[in-house]
Amino acid sequence: MGKVLMKGNEAIGEAAIRAGCLNYFAYPITPQSEVAEYLTHRLPEEGGVFLQGESEVAVSYMIFGAAAAGARVFTTSSSPGISLMSEGISYIASAQCPAVFVNIMRGGPGLGGILPSQADYLQATKGIGHGDFRMLVMAPASVQEAVEMTMAAFPLAEKYRNPVMILGDGLIGQMMEPVDFPEHLKTPPSNKNAWATNGMDTRQSEARNLVKSLYLDPEQLNQHNLMLKAKYEQMEAEEVKAEAYNVDKDYKILIVSYGTMSRVCKTAIMQLKQEGLEIGLIRPQTLFPFPGEMVLQAATKDSCQAVVSIEMSMGQLVEDVERYVKGQRPVSWFGKCGGEVPTPEEIIDHIKAML
Amino acid sequence: MVKLFTKPEALAEQDTHYCPGCTHGVIHRLLAEVIDELGIRGRTVGIAPVGCAVLAYNYFTFDFQEAAHGRAPAMATGVKRVRPDLMVFTYQGDGDLASIGMGEIIHAANRGEKFTSIFVNNAVYGMTGGQMAPTTMPGQRTTTSPMGRNVEDVGMPVKVAELIAALTTPGYIVRQAVIKPKYIVKAKKAIKKAFTYQMENRCFSLVELVSTCPTNWGLTPLESVDWAEENMLSYYQLGEYKTPE
Ligand SMILES: Cc1ncc(C[n+]2csc(CCOP(=O)(O)OP(=O)(O)O)c2C)c(N)n1
Ligand code: SF4
Repeated sequence: MGKVLMKGNEAIGEAAIRAGCLNYFAYPITPQSEVAEYLTHRLPEEGGVFLQGESEVAVSYMIFGAAAAGARVFTTSSSPGISLMSEGISYIASAQCPAVFVNIMRGGPGLGGILPSQADYLQATKGIGHGDFRMLVMAPASVQEAVEMTMAAFPLAEKYRNPVMILGDGLIGQMMEPVDFPEHLKTPPSNKNAWATNGMDTRQSEARNLVKSLYLDPEQLNQHNLMLKAKYEQMEAEEVKAEAYNVDKDYKILIVSYGTMSRVCKTAIMQLKQEGLEIGLIRPQTLFPFPGEMVLQAATKDSCQAVVSIEMSMGQLVEDVERYVKGQRPVSWFGKCGGEVPTPEEIIDHIKAML
Repeated sequence: MVKLFTKPEALAEQDTHYCPGCTHGVIHRLLAEVIDELGIRGRTVGIAPVGCAVLAYNYFTFDFQEAAHGRAPAMATGVKRVRPDLMVFTYQGDGDLASIGMGEIIHAANRGEKFTSIFVNNAVYGMTGGQMAPTTMPGQRTTTSPMGRNVEDVGMPVKVAELIAALTTPGYIVRQAVIKPKYIVKAKKAIKKAFTYQMENRCFSLVELVSTCPTNWGLTPLESVDWAEENMLSYYQLGEYKTPE
């Protein structure tokens, strides 16, 4: 199959099917309703399950129930809807069920707006719901990457028995780009018989399975949390992904930026290069685990004088950048969060003002 | 020698944490008997609520999921949609189903999800120490209605069976009681019928069971069953509210 021109939201839906996920529960919200509209046709063709739930709260538990019964399952939503799902995600993380959540972010807080934003960075990367847990969070910067990350998300969710989030800004969902779907499409689901509540007959076992999150004994809960923590540490050791751009040059400024925002930064970097000014860029592809070591290395290059986090949020990514640069270089923030993407010109002006 | 009374296979060899005289234990036994009689233990998935029955899974010998407060019907929907061959039931108290989870149960019933909800109406929040429930009787004292439920302030108790039966989607909706043997026999029949409809993939089913909570009612187990019979059954009338025929 050659390249096809597709809207990000539809491509994400198709990618899930091609990753062998045929179960989708969702509640409509702009700017991602096209996923549901696409899948409402495509899933029946594949013999899959499509259900519009009554709320995002309910959807998160439909996902929980289906995942706990051993199915590959996913949902898509946008910021206010994701807040409602955060209750369910906490239970899913504790109960160790694999599931994929796609957040096509819009502006907030509250109803905010329907235009693109990256304002859910901290919510997504710092545990999203109550209790000690993390999701593995991936941030695509193109429709092609949204497809690849969506397809990678399911095996990762199963490897860690943990929720995985695709965090895209509204532009990722709305823009049309040519995409190439990988040849080997269906990744076989892992064997879940050891834990899934899929009926004892299904796994020909006399031992029943239990999916739960309640540990009344403090030492048991402590052990449970230590076990979860070890999984997040394993993610940090094995799953970090980031792109380093123009870092072989002697740059004075290092930009850290992800998603659509990083593409605008690249345009600005190219224009500045023509003016003889080199700027480096680290683009986290996983937001949790965060590519902190890469950021630190790039920031402490001899030529580098300062680091700037460029975001469609009011200083969220910058907190992680500061955490890893550890005061070795000045770290600042530049961004907007009303639905407009900072332009290359605005970025260029800001960079020049930094020098 | 023929044993006339044995522990159902679906029931675990385990003492329960329920208070003496609590009707949760009776309902567990009825469920286990029905599951044994229908031979469905190997393909049953129960969903526990948040409430006194949160640990219900400790007393059964088949697959179980533990929901968040009120969300069991959404989880059951998830299971049943991806595995229609499994037999799925939720087990929920009145705070769980009729307060925080009202949205989930109404919509699951209205979609006609093919699972069974066992709804334990004991007119009070048991687990959290006896607060007022949506089903608390007018004038009934609880820790959050110390002067008795004031219906001018908080409205009349919710009649769940009638409410769900009012939906146009077909279903099997019934209310029975587990307070005395003559009621318990009918309660078991209702549970069995509900599971049978589910096996036939016919419809959603809800079995409301008028129950007791001696601990939080401040009564002995025997006084509790009398209180329920005298005060609850005239308001929560027993019978089938809807059948799929
Ligand atoms: C989201 C949330 N809110 C509140 C609670 C506290 N809580 C636990 S059980 C319960 C009420 C249970 O009452 P009911 O459903 O009537 O069951 P019973 O204990 O009487 O069997 C409440 C409010 C909780 N666990 N989760
Ligand atoms: S508090 Fe009430 S409902 Fe809970 S176990 Fe005791 S008697 Fe039963």
